[in-house]
Amino acid sequence: MIFLEYLLIALMVFAALLAVIFEEELISIICLSIFSFALTALYLLYKAPDVALTEAVIGSGLNTAIFMAAISQVRSGRKNHVSREDE
Amino acid sequence: MIYNLVFLLLFMLGFYTILVKKNLIKLVIGLNIMEAATFFWVMALNYREGVIPILKTGSKAAAVVNPLPQALILTGIVIGASTTAFLLTLIIEINKYANVIDLDILKGLRD
Repeated sequence: MIFLEYLLIALMVFAALLAVIFEEELISIICLSIFSFALTALYLLYKAPDVALTEAVIGSGLNTAIFMAAISQVRSGRKNHVSREDE
Repeated sequence: MIYNLVFLLLFMLGFYTILVKKNLIKLVIGLNIMEAATFFWVMALNYREGVIPILKTGSKAAAVVNPLPQALILTGIVIGASTTAFLLTLIIEINKYANVIDLDILKGLRD
């Protein structure tokens, strides 16, 4: 129990560090999803299954989805602008 | 003790991201990390030995873990998701107006 807890805490800190140091947004968001997964497992260890369920659905699923939607909007808008200037 | 150190490390990591990074999406990522670090801290400090807090008939109330921080964190996670969605909507609108999400360039576009 103690060993698993420390392992998950180390994974969480490592994933947060990777999410901060990468410049590419997509890799950062995937690392944020891994961070959220480690937090979900920690909530299960702390006897809070309802919070773990919510964190798995919202933190690891919905947050990744809306971040990716925002990035695709930003990138497609930028590409349209450049092509319009070229014409 | 180790929970305080982990909380401080994660919170400072998110704060550093908000202060230093120039990409607006990275700012939202830093805010998410700060939020999750606070929830982890509250949950880890309030844990005590016990069973999952669903009381059956005849079981003693002192045998379960504290359910109050769990309810607070459940609310906080949902509010954090809505805050993230709102900030990302603002970023999409800024990108439609200025076609860039870099803070240094956006400062020059002000006048």
